[in-house]
Formats: sequence, structure tokens, C-alpha cells
Amino acid sequence: MLNARRPNPLPVRPSRRGLLAGAGALVVAFRLAPKSARAAAGPNLADVKAQPNAFVRIGADDTVTVIIKHLDMGQGNTTGLATILADELGADWRQVRTEFAPADATLYNNSLMGPIQGTGGSTAIANSWFQLRKAGAAAREMLMAEAAFRWKVPVSEITVTDGIVRHAPSGRQARFGELAASAASLPVPSEPRLKDPSEWRLIGQKIPRLDSVAKTNGTAVYSLDIRRPNQVTAVVARAPRFGATVKGFDAAAARKVAGVLDVVQVPTGVAVIARDTWAAMKGREALTVTWDDSTAETRSSDAILAEYRERAKGPGLTASERGDPQAALKNAATVIEAEFTFPYLAHAAMEPLNATIEKAADGGYDVYAGFQFQTIEQATMAAILGVTPDRVRLHCNWAGGSFGRRATPTADYLAEAAAVFKASGEKAPVHLVWTREDDMAGGYYRPTVLHKVRAGIDAKGAVVAWDHVMVGKSIVIGSPLEAMLVKNGIDSTTVEGASDTPYALPAYRFGVHNGREGVPVLWWRSVGHSHTAHVMEVMIDELAHAANVDPVAYRLSLLTQAPRLSGVLKLAADRAGWSAAPREPGRGLGVAVHESFGSYVAMVADVTAQDAGIRVNRIVAAVDVGVPVNPDVIRAQVEGAVGFALSAVLRNRITLKDGQVQEHNFDAYEPTRMSEMPKVEVHIVPSQVAPTGIGEPGVPCLGPSIANAVFAATGRRLRSLPLDLSGVKGA
Amino acid sequence: MPKLTVNGVAHDIDADPDMPLLWVLRDRLDATGTKYGCGIAQCGACTVHLDGQPVRACQTRLGDVGTAQVTTIEGVSGRVAEAVQAAWRKLDVVQCGYCQSGQIMSAIGLLSGNAKPSDAEIDGAMDGNICRCGTYQRIRAAIHEAARSLA
Repeated sequence: MLNARRPNPLPVRPSRRGLLAGAGALVVAFRLAPKSARAAAGPNLADVKAQPNAFVRIGADDTVTVIIKHLDMGQGNTTGLATILADELGADWRQVRTEFAPADATLYNNSLMGPIQGTGGSTAIANSWFQLRKAGAAAREMLMAEAAFRWKVPVSEITVTDGIVRHAPSGRQARFGELAASAASLPVPSEPRLKDPSEWRLIGQKIPRLDSVAKTNGTAVYSLDIRRPNQVTAVVARAPRFGATVKGFDAAAARKVAGVLDVVQVPTGVAVIARDTWAAMKGREALTVTWDDSTAETRSSDAILAEYRERAKGPGLTASERGDPQAALKNAATVIEAEFTFPYLAHAAMEPLNATIEKAADGGYDVYAGFQFQTIEQATMAAILGVTPDRVRLHCNWAGGSFGRRATPTADYLAEAAAVFKASGEKAPVHLVWTREDDMAGGYYRPTVLHKVRAGIDAKGAVVAWDHVMVGKSIVIGSPLEAMLVKNGIDSTTVEGASDTPYALPAYRFGVHNGREGVPVLWWRSVGHSHTAHVMEVMIDELAHAANVDPVAYRLSLLTQAPRLSGVLKLAADRAGWSAAPREPGRGLGVAVHESFGSYVAMVADVTAQDAGIRVNRIVAAVDVGVPVNPDVIRAQVEGAVGFALSAVLRNRITLKDGQVQEHNFDAYEPTRMSEMPKVEVHIVPSQVAPTGIGEPGVPCLGPSIANAVFAATGRRLRSLPLDLSGVKGA
Repeated sequence: MPKLTVNGVAHDIDADPDMPLLWVLRDRLDATGTKYGCGIAQCGACTVHLDGQPVRACQTRLGDVGTAQVTTIEGVSGRVAEAVQAAWRKLDVVQCGYCQSGQIMSAIGLLSGNAKPSDAEIDGAMDGNICRCGTYQRIRAAIHEAARSLA
């Protein structure tokens, strides 16, 4: 039964295998952005290999180090992923540590992204669920087998709990560290027994986050904190207009600034390399660059939106269609026609983009950053540095937020860091730092979008037709991901949440026009859902009021085939006291419900009108994410999503004037502040369905629930974001 | 050469007196717990204490520090600081955590002068500290929790 060989210590460090042989091999199969609950769920148990050596290392000191293949940008996945493995292993939570994985797509790909190692689409928990359970269970069975061998007892009599391996009949027990080195030599069980949910000790419990201590005493290391010997700092002067190129530059004054070491041209602009960040910024101020705008986007955002409005008059590409909405609209008793516009939005993570690169003695490169698309980032930098991807080693750090910004199909800022390092002569480690202004005006925004909807109801109030046209720039068309994510010219990440609406709309069409402006766009926490949910949920609310039906009851009547959505809707309405809504003047409740990334969220907003503004008093949320791995982390993500999204509902917008971004810092693009934060209550649906993500799904419902509450409070129907509250009056 | 006392240790700093304290701490002393967020005193990520008072290090020139004692997140100590950090951990306030050094420095400053702040007083002391992850509800609760534990 047991193999008596005594070999290497357990923790075989994952090998860094070469991938994507050939520099710059960016043509990769990519499958992302699950559009339905089914797709958003992770792989089946049978399709996952047991790989304990890739995911856990047990030290002689009993520490259990869980290898984290994803970026943790605040969403708490280090805690969540470690919970899954530690529970199957039978570890004591106090012995659990984490370590970010190197780039290695053969071991650490995200199965919801095919062969790519990356983090996004709220997939970390979903794609790892069986992988980490199997790894933990296999490691547990290896410890049990080792103990059974040593104690000469049947393995069936061995138990593992709280970090102790026990044989109850003989009273013998051992700590993990006493068994690990020998257990590592045993064969890895290919189908270890996974625990029944009744055996879980950590999953579903409130357990402390693993990063709370380091993030409250200043010791957590973010990319911006990397300090390598002899490191220098670079800032780049980039074109004020997207698409412009360097025509010429005069570095004489910049070179005279104390601490400036060099000034070099790179594809994205002119880099000033200096002894420290302050000197680099002063040097850049002294630099004169002239730009060639001949290929630049020179329009204002208003002009781009005007073009969108014109194009929305045509039908566009058909993303989905059933019945004949045009004909049905002619027979409708009431038709509501509505336009919704959404601005460009910056992610504005607290830690501006940055990365450090150094050349190692072996001729390879070490890169320190918060990596969100490791496979693409590694290959892109390798192509610039002229080596194979395996020669570029990625050292992942805590990320001070991202909200999607660190996952660019072009690996934009990391490519720039590699270009600066190459241009610097590769002498000293270079830390490329984007200032706040660089970060905010640097593009890769949530796209600006225009929706136009005509919806009709019959005399009884039932929806009979829905004709929907959207104009917006695709995130992936023109990127290496286009082949995988675009079908018939339609980018699934742009239309998600509307073209696949769960509402039972009998005659329905969703048409798309792809925007063509030269402004780089990107996924912004909840991606397409950040605007589609708003349109769907505000429109449904308008129809409910036109039909004179309670907005919750109206939604439920259209969601009879969507039990998890109707479940969260009923739960949120119940906990918010929907049926006993406040009757004071100027105060109202609004509701929204939406599925994104396979997770189901409903929100009820309680809003009080003020002169030219509103106060959001309370948000009651209900969420169904399947098994709630860490209920407190789930609550935190929904609370945080409210804080994150509220400023986009109330005021945030990136605007262009003659092609130049007008907002450069938090004074002009102000995130939510403490005094504006509503009370947030989060109710979690108990479930044993395989878990899905919660990093993003808290965002989509906030805007429509608030807009609908403003209507309830004031009778003003506000559609576009940010809400135009200028005409609102306090009670 | 300007002298600077950080967390009780005196340093000779060879730098332009106009250099913001933030960059002196981060780039000259490698005290990276204090964060750069905006550079214009809009976000509070760089909050440190000068003689116990919270200030924005990005808008404090090296030359203006003089003999004041600089305390950063790495050097906080005492009853109030320990209560604040314990409350932050008990309630698992952090998400990305990048702003939290500054949040904690502001909270220690608040509780050092006001043992039992009201919600409005918390708003007043903390509104200058941005948390993009939106952890405000837990920050507020943690300040109340720390106040209770100090009472």
C-alpha cells in the first residue's frame, strides 16, 4: 500500500518551464469573459489534476505556504484561495502563509482564460475551486499515508484536523512538519477524496484575512516599494494626445537638474532617468518635447459622443435578436424611448502604475510588479528585451488596487518599462514610475458608451417589445485577444449584461456599433456590466412605473426562469423593508438586480434628495456566489464596490478637449470620501453550488438602484451617468 | 546638511530643502510604508506625524521639518496606535491596503486628541484620506472599536 522510499523534501519548488517558445509569441489561444453562469463556473472536478507540489509547501516548522497564482489587488483572493486548500489539507489557519506564484502557464494558467496565467473576470475562486481542493486533499492523503507507514496502522484510521495528523486508537499524533519531508516522496494520489461540506472547518467561516497585519504596519511590499541595489527611477514624458509621437526633444535643461542621470527616447515618449523620484519628476518638468499629432486623436469627448448619437440611428451589428421588436412596438400601448450615455472612466487605483526591471548575472531579467496577465506580460517584455520568455522572471507583489487597469492586452506599462530599461543600457535596475497625473491621463479607460432603447408595453403593462442599440469602443478588437473574444464583429465583453438579458422579453433586438476613436479603452471593474446593467435596470424600472406595477414585483414576473436572480431580489427587498418604504418627502428606495460573472446581486438604495445633490443613506445588498468561501471577504467586496462605484454614479468622468484629457488628479476626478459612504448591509445566500467571484459583481447594481431611488424620491428620471443632480431639490 | 529625525533616529539628508518629505522618506531612507498617492495633498496616503500631528508628507518640504519629530507607520507606538492597529485587524479593514498607512496615521491623530469621536468628527478627520477600495464603513467601525478599547 505504501511506498517506503525516502526521497526529497516535500516542497518541490515549482519549476519555471519555458512557455510560448520564441520571443514575442503573442498569438495565444484565449478564452475569457464568461457570459453565462455556466461558463463562469470553474472546470469540472474530473478535469483537474491533483498538483500539491505546485500549490503547497509544508515546512519543517509546520508552516503551510499556499502558492497563489493570481494577483491580489485588494479583492482578498490570497485569503480565499488559501482557505480552499487549507481546509482540504486540514491545516490550522494560524499556520497558513501565502506566496505569489512565478509566471508559469503550464502550472498556473487560469482555466477560464485557457492557457493564460492571469486574473480578471472575477474568476480566481471559480477556476481554482477544484484545483486547490484537489491539491490540498492530495497533500493530506500523502501526510496520512506517511503517518500510517510510520505507525504501522491502517491509513483508514488516520484523521487530520487543525494541523495535526492523528491515529485515535493508538493515541499517536504528529505535526505536519514532522511528516512533510518524507511524505513528499510518496506518489501523488490522482483522485484524492474531497471533503464533504459537512467536514469543512474553514470554508464558509469568518476567518482573519492573511494580509491584515502586513497592511497595517507598513511592511506589506507593493511594487512602488521595491528597492534594488543601485536602483534608479524613470518617469516618461508622454504625448498629451493619444496616438501622437515624438517629433523632437531638447533635454539640455533636464540634464542639468540635480540627480538626473539620463534622458532617453522610447516608443511611448521620452524617459528621464534619475537618482530618485523627485529628481526624475523635476527633470521631466525641465524637458521640452514637441509632438507629431498627425496620427493622434484630436477630438473632444463631446464630439465623439455626438458621432455615437448619429450612428445609433442605424441598426448596427446584431448581437442578439428574437421576435420582431419593430412590429411589436407598433402595436404597443405605451412606448418609452430613452437614451443613456456613459463617460470614459479612469480606474484610479491608489498605487499608480509602476514596475522595476533589473538584469541578473545569468543574463536573464527580473521584473517586480503587480502582474495581472503574467503570460502576456512576460512574452511582451521578452520580445522587447530580445530573450525568450523564460528568461524574464516575474516577481509579483501586492497591488495597490487595479480594478482592471493592470490587465492590458498590450501589457502597456510593462512594455514601456522594458523599453526604458533597454534604452538605459541595462546598467542599473530601473524603476519606472507613473505619477498620479500620468496614471489618470494615460488612457485605458472604461469606454464611453451610448445606449438607445425603445421599449413597449401592452395595455396590461406587459413588455411586448425591446429594441436596443449601443455604440461603444470594443476593448479587444485590435488586440491579441480579438480572435478569441470577438464573434461577428461583436466584443462579448462590451455587450455582456444586455444582449444576454435574463428578462423574458418576447420581441427583442440588441444592436452594436463599434466606436472608432483613438482613445485606448479597457475593462473597468465589471466591464460591460458597468453600463449594461444600468440601462437594463433603469429601463425595467421605467416600464414598471408605466405599467403601475411595483418594481420588485414587475421584475419577478419577468424572472420566473431565473431562480437565483429572483432569490437575491426577494432577499434584498425583504431585508431593506421594501414593502414599508420610507414615506418622508424627498426620500425613496430604488432597486436593481443583475447577474455578472456567474454571481447574482440585488441592491436596494435608500436615498434622500438634497438641493442639487443626494445623500445615499443605505445600501442593502443580497448576493448569491455559490459556496461563500469567506463570507467576510464577500461582504467586504460588496461594501467596497459601493464605495468604489459611488463616485462614478455621482460625478466621475474623464473628458477630452481637442484630444487632451482634462482630469489629471483627484481634485478633478474625486473618488468617494468617508463622509459620503452609505451604510452597506450585505446578505449572503447560503449555497452549495460551486463558487463564483465577487470582485466585480457588487458594482453593476449600485448606479441603477440609486437612479431608481432618485426617481422614487423626486419623480425625476435620471438615466445617464454620472447622474445630473443639478435640478434636484431637497425636501 | 539637513538633519531629519524619523521614528526616533536622526539622519543626515543630502537633498534639496524643497524635496517633499514623502520622497525623502521613500527614496532616501527606504521607509516605504508611507505611500505616494497624488502628490497634491488630495488623498492622504502619505500621512505622517510631525510632533504627533498628522500632516501630508507630499506637501511638507524637507526644509520645513526642522527639529520636528517625524513618525511614520513603521514607527508608531503607544496605547492609541496599538488600539487602532488592533481594531483594523479585528475588523479586517484592509483590501488592497495601499491607503491604510495614511488612514491609520490619521486615525491615530484623531483618537489622540479626541477619545470618543462622533461619526461627524470621524468624517472631519478622515475625509482627506481616500480609499479607492471603499473600506470606509470598516474604517469608521474600527475607529469606534479602538475608542471603545481605549475607554
